[in-house]
Amino acid sequence: MDYERIKEKLSILADAAKYDVSCSSSGSKRKNTTKGLGDSSGMGICHSYTEDGRCVSLLKILLTNHCIFDCAYCVTRKSNDIKRAAFKVQEVVDLTINFYRRNYIEGLFLSSGIFKDADYTMERLIQVAKKLRLEENFNGYIHLKSIPGASDELMREAGLYADRLSVNIEIPTKSGLKLLAPDKKHEDFIKPMEKVKNEIIQYKQESKLIRSTPKYAPAGQSTQMIVGASGESDRDIMYSATFFYKKYNMKRVYYSGYVPVTNDSRLPAMGSQVPLLRENRLYQTDWLLRFYEFDVRELLNEDNLNLDLEVDPKLSWALRNRHLFPVDINRVEKRLLLRVPGIGLKSVNKILHARKFRKLNWEHLKNIGIAMNRAKYFITCDSRDFEVKEPSSEYLKNVILGTSSGKFRKDISSQLSLF
Amino acid sequence: MEQQVVLSYDGSLEGFLSCVFATYEEKLKVADIFPPEKDLQELFSESREIITDPEKAKRVWSSLRKKTSSAGLRDIKYAFLSETNGIERQLLAMIRYIIAEDAAVDRDFSHPAVLKVAQVAKKVGREKHRMEAFIRFRLTRDAVYFAAIEPDFNVLPLIKTHFKSRYADQKWIIYDLRRNYGLAYDLKEVTFITLDLDPAIGISGAPEAFFHTSEISFQKLWNQYFTSTNIKSRANEKLHVQHLPKRYWKYLTEKNLPEK
Repeated sequence: MDYERIKEKLSILADAAKYDVSCSSSGSKRKNTTKGLGDSSGMGICHSYTEDGRCVSLLKILLTNHCIFDCAYCVTRKSNDIKRAAFKVQEVVDLTINFYRRNYIEGLFLSSGIFKDADYTMERLIQVAKKLRLEENFNGYIHLKSIPGASDELMREAGLYADRLSVNIEIPTKSGLKLLAPDKKHEDFIKPMEKVKNEIIQYKQESKLIRSTPKYAPAGQSTQMIVGASGESDRDIMYSATFFYKKYNMKRVYYSGYVPVTNDSRLPAMGSQVPLLRENRLYQTDWLLRFYEFDVRELLNEDNLNLDLEVDPKLSWALRNRHLFPVDINRVEKRLLLRVPGIGLKSVNKILHARKFRKLNWEHLKNIGIAMNRAKYFITCDSRDFEVKEPSSEYLKNVILGTSSGKFRKDISSQLSLF
Repeated sequence: MEQQVVLSYDGSLEGFLSCVFATYEEKLKVADIFPPEKDLQELFSESREIITDPEKAKRVWSSLRKKTSSAGLRDIKYAFLSETNGIERQLLAMIRYIIAEDAAVDRDFSHPAVLKVAQVAKKVGREKHRMEAFIRFRLTRDAVYFAAIEPDFNVLPLIKTHFKSRYADQKWIIYDLRRNYGLAYDLKEVTFITLDLDPAIGISGAPEAFFHTSEISFQKLWNQYFTSTNIKSRANEKLHVQHLPKRYWKYLTEKNLPEK
């Protein structure tokens, strides 16, 4: 192995792959039953964290950064003057295996620029996965990118070796896509998604009857949207996300704050700040939809096109719906308990268990670990002291902001001081 | 006033459960329970050494199992492995509470001992997970993947299954330097071992006296990957350190390469 040459390729092709934020390695069911290498039946593991605080779970690289497309937001676009490189199939296999054996990674996330055409590229990606599974007896996690426009036959084959497939929608609105990625068609993204969805449904049905049915993409599919590149609203983003969750049974939708990679009049200028706080609020909203039984229309609608940057979306919703509060922590049903600001999923479960034994008071709640600075205005418990004095929502919001701290607070106040 | 006693035991879970048995059998009022390394300097109380009896331990455990959820049993085991000062006292209080009540109370987080045990168990669970994440194997000259660790808690028994099912086709050793014992897998079974290690083998790096010639190359490749996958314009030192506390950096290849 020519380590120096591989190292150079690695630097180029890891650098180009890093804007894909998905690094999840959970949700698969691939057991190491053959005394081979690897097991991805449990939860995901982050083996390291980059200096920007993101999890490193998979070896995330492009097969090549040669690309025939010219999407404005993408660092790998045809017209960009950068160093190009390409891995050989065997090189990716060797890197994956040697990293995995040292417990650096959970598996491989392989994407690629599109060279020649969609099918040719997809075929190469599949070759890597196939080699890992069949020749190396590798049971670790494999995430392959579905190349927009790839044929149904190839998507079928990809799912037989990969744990997860994903195709990034990138731009949440059709008009934005037309402006920024004129070579790509909306249908090209949808087609592989549709195929993968149908294959997964079929696998689930068949495997009920025949247990030996070969696994098909057991960790499902995911997609990603760039935030802040095409002037879209939070409502646009979250309504698209909801559409993909429902229509294509997505396991995850990722939101990626746009990092300027080029000077293009259609896009935010180089050096403009990555919208990290906005991205964070979108993820919080995503969680509310998936785990807290919220409907997207409660959080974002005609009157609320964008999320409040100052407070989290649950608190923001609660401040708009004061008539539902306060709730009695010892009696309230789970559905509403989930909606109390400052009480997360784990605390909800602890409260539901604990209140079977005795009436809970402030002391209990504090020990259980709920965020009292937010929660106390929305609940009552086994105590005569209440914080519920009917102040206006605006006043309450300021009190909560005044008694808490947030890492993005500096950024917001500088934005607000403009007015 | 009734005399309180302090119990000492051999440090094993069975030994601890034997102490629990003794508190019932002899109706003892227990002030505290200590593992062997501790000096028993409780004033005004009598001290007693409890001999480990597997039979008695089993009886305590099986009566616990009847009334405790699997999550509660796991918490008890995990919290015990924490080796935290005073955890035996909390465990005893929790176990006595469970046995005294008719209903299942092991998830009653409004009881101070139950909550404490759950909180300590959570810390141990976190350390277990961190070891599964941050252990870095290095390939030795005799083709064994070797990792040395110094975990805060005694987590080797908890990570055994994970590594066994994952690395089934390579020989490996994970060694706890702090507690001086390790796990060794020989392609068939995992056994507990004690080694006389040369300190020069270290926790990171790839000294040629011990490691395969390719080892340093893969460490450099990994380091390159780690550097290239970072997005500079999103730098977030605080989050980085929150996820990757500095006391774990000693394990990480990507944080310990002498020259880049």
